Amino acid sequence: MDFKHPWLPLTEDVKQEMLKSIGRNNLDELFSNIPEKFRLDRDLDIADSHTEIEVARRMQELAEKNEPADSGRVFLGDGLGMHYIPSATKSLAGRSEFVTAYTSYQPEISQGMLQTLFEYQSLMAELLGIDVVNSSMYDMASALAEAILMSVRVKKKRNLVLVPGTISPVHWRVVKTYTEPLGIDIQEIDYERKTGQMNLGDLESRLSENVAAVYLENPSYLGFIEVGVDRINELVHEANALLIAGVDIMSMGIMRPPGDYGADIVVAEGQGLGSPMSYGGPLLGVFGCIDDMKLIRQLPGRLVGMTRTSDEPFKRGFVLTLSPREQHIRREKATSNICSNQALIAVTAAIDTSLLGPAGFREIGETITYKSHYAANRLNALSDVHAPSIGDAFWKEFVVSFKGGVSAQSVHEGLLERGIHGGKILTSEFPDLGESMLISVTEIHTKDAIDELVNAINQIVNDGGGK
Amino acid sequence: MTERSEYRQARWDVPLIFEKSRAGTTSHQYPEVEDEIRKTVGALDSLIPKAMQREKEPEIPEVSELQVIRHFTRLSQMNFSVSTGTYPLGSCTMKYNPVINDWAANLDGFAWLHPSQDVATSQGALELMWELEQWLTEITGMDAVTLQPAAGAQGEYTGVMLIREYHRCVTHECEQRNEMLIPDAAHGTNPASAAMAGYKVVVVPSSEDGLVNIDALKTAAGPKTAGLMLTNPNTIGVFEKDIEEIADIVHDAGGLLYYDGANLNAIMGITRPGDMGFDVVHMNLHKSFSTPHGGGGPGAGAVGVKDELTDFLPVPRIVRRSDGCFDWDYDYPRTIGKVHGYFGNFGMLVRAYAYIYSLGKRGIRTVAENAVLNANYVGHHVSAIPGFTMPYSKDAPRMHECVISAEDLLNETGVSAMNVAKRLLDFGVHAPTVYFPLIVPEALMIEPTETESKQELDVLISAFRDISEEAYTNPEKVKGAPYSTAVRHLDEYRAAHPKTLTLSWRMLQKQSDTEA
Repeated sequence: MDFKHPWLPLTEDVKQEMLKSIGRNNLDELFSNIPEKFRLDRDLDIADSHTEIEVARRMQELAEKNEPADSGRVFLGDGLGMHYIPSATKSLAGRSEFVTAYTSYQPEISQGMLQTLFEYQSLMAELLGIDVVNSSMYDMASALAEAILMSVRVKKKRNLVLVPGTISPVHWRVVKTYTEPLGIDIQEIDYERKTGQMNLGDLESRLSENVAAVYLENPSYLGFIEVGVDRINELVHEANALLIAGVDIMSMGIMRPPGDYGADIVVAEGQGLGSPMSYGGPLLGVFGCIDDMKLIRQLPGRLVGMTRTSDEPFKRGFVLTLSPREQHIRREKATSNICSNQALIAVTAAIDTSLLGPAGFREIGETITYKSHYAANRLNALSDVHAPSIGDAFWKEFVVSFKGGVSAQSVHEGLLERGIHGGKILTSEFPDLGESMLISVTEIHTKDAIDELVNAINQIVNDGGGK
Repeated sequence: MTERSEYRQARWDVPLIFEKSRAGTTSHQYPEVEDEIRKTVGALDSLIPKAMQREKEPEIPEVSELQVIRHFTRLSQMNFSVSTGTYPLGSCTMKYNPVINDWAANLDGFAWLHPSQDVATSQGALELMWELEQWLTEITGMDAVTLQPAAGAQGEYTGVMLIREYHRCVTHECEQRNEMLIPDAAHGTNPASAAMAGYKVVVVPSSEDGLVNIDALKTAAGPKTAGLMLTNPNTIGVFEKDIEEIADIVHDAGGLLYYDGANLNAIMGITRPGDMGFDVVHMNLHKSFSTPHGGGGPGAGAVGVKDELTDFLPVPRIVRRSDGCFDWDYDYPRTIGKVHGYFGNFGMLVRAYAYIYSLGKRGIRTVAENAVLNANYVGHHVSAIPGFTMPYSKDAPRMHECVISAEDLLNETGVSAMNVAKRLLDFGVHAPTVYFPLIVPEALMIEPTETESKQELDVLISAFRDISEEAYTNPEKVKGAPYSTAVRHLDEYRAAHPKTLTLSWRMLQKQSDTEA
């Protein structure tokens, strides 16, 4: 029986015609190189086929089994950006000329993607105060891992990298996966228990001729702002090591950019620039460095460069450049194995950044400052609740801890019963912080929703509303 | 009769968005923060230390919403895509990316889900991933699948790390087995991934048929071998018929067999890597399972393994509890760890799920059959055109792609594979992959995929025919191509030269400052 499907244009007649024209009798002949014993003699044990209406129903049914965060009642950040997405961003980034192309190997017919990615590189560079940004990595976690590998290539013979003791546990695990086989040593720098700040004495004592790079985060995973950045910059560069900075790109309208405090390599999570969280992917690893050929030649990933036509009249144009760093040319000597990246998410970020402009970045930066501090302020006023329980100045995320024998898990469950999703529970990964969670507040959270969160936590902690 | 329309790409002069900026122009606004909130928390300076505040605004453009819309709409019109026309880029499987799949991934129930949410509030996502794992396990003939790797290369890295962990924990020969065998025709990501995992790469040459040279493999395999990374069908588009012997040689030497799934599209439902003896498999969901390539990404690189490797898979893994609920399980002490911050490119997983659910078992097999028929049809007819040949394994059918050599054309007319590729653009089709694999001189690697109709294949073949005629009669015309694209020849040397290297607006400004 003929199998018909909208995505498969060859009819039985046409297949016969094609087979005849190439001198074959049937389709089986085309698979003659596959040994008989390895041919599957049964149907695959997977779904049957479905029409589009049935597919839509099934997908809707699965989607409805989730309780998404567009309710404005989910207070999770945990490294991702929960932000409003302007309609223009969504509409432009969904244009199928961008969506259904691949890497611009033929620049003459792909100027649209190349110029857009050049603009992405340029816009991110302006936000971060750095010179060069590549055209994307998978996510911030793997970008950080690659930044560490790069720093070890730049600082030959050094194979120790120092990271903050408050680093995201997930970033830590990804970094360990990538560095372990190459024998790179990763050590945590101690932090001040009250303020979260990097312990500068400990940093100084660990700096040596074996340190390739020091990583600092601002704001940190736990939300507090690292204020010792200028001193860290001095110490790291006195030791002739590289400074890697990880930042929240959505804060760049109001916070000092890392290029300003001497970062040589910068990484960030760029998903907040116009893409939804999508259950953790696709994300966008923003990866940049200073204008120094020693570093640029060691960059992982694709780079778009501006050039001009070979012939007069010289017209501006864009091409992929410095490809001899990459796997398709250098193979095992490449700076990274990365090939497919997150180009469409970078396109989205370019569009979103263009829409926001400097005023939009300032507005969103201020709004998040005010709203997150309002939430912390109100929570801190409750008895047996402390917020922020580490650090003083923070942006977007903060740690709230619970005293009086109430567990973070019971607060979390109590909130869920009230249709609110609290922050990430930190108790097992940061035992020093006690019963605590990491709350994130952005522009999508209304004052009413924040008040409801506070009142619910008050009930759970103080009125026996917990378990 | 082959219908061909004259092609001319849009040709807008689009300045950089920075060059359109006018101070004070707004294209997006946020609501005012409530007075009560401001009163409660006080001024910004009391919340963010002055020393950590940004002094100078970022120099990003100030433009209106319509300016943004026009800017990126015009740019998109200067970008060739699968939606625009045939895109026979070999090894990339540029098939149709069904629109329904994008719609599904954008449903709020998926798009607005935070990965750290309580599993009680994300059961639909977990069910989807769990079921997709089952399907991919079945399609590849493996025992378990992880969906975490964000792209094919990250899948390769994950797979190689699994092999390494196996030798550390099971054979206890991790130190000794420090070599990864890789055929000379392999994708560049294979040696690059092996090197990132600390392996020394040993290159296995190809035979006269363009297949793995069995004698060379026998010589290379030994007590230092960690594994062999193999693409099957290989990069000349031919199925490695000696796969059983290859698997035996590697296994007898104590190594494991890695399957690069770049070319899986040709064999889905027909044969399975697991049945051929492969221990680890990566799949490119953006190739065989139609998730869009996005101008370079995101992809998704699921990895399948046999039982002896499941302990080492990245965490967390999805489990189904006895009450039928799904959960994340981190308790695998022998895991290689994590390669991605969360669970991989979930949005791509939604699309791959919808793709398989739509086509089903019969459809998936038909995909492979039609992809193979299309590749053979194009290979047969193009290699009959003067100047073009199809080297290696002449009598063997091609699978998902065919690799054509323009060596004769170059020798006889001076027109190279690159010239042919550029001239094809003028016919409204994208160029094939060029100069790869390296074992084929003047290579044009053509992968039509199953979603191209015969009419479109005939246009492609006749374009090759026209270009051949042109090469023999007016070679300069071909060498001058392309003519119909948004820009013509670009100066790549200038782009890469340290004195003119311009990777950002900021670097461009610095250069004009220096010149001034």
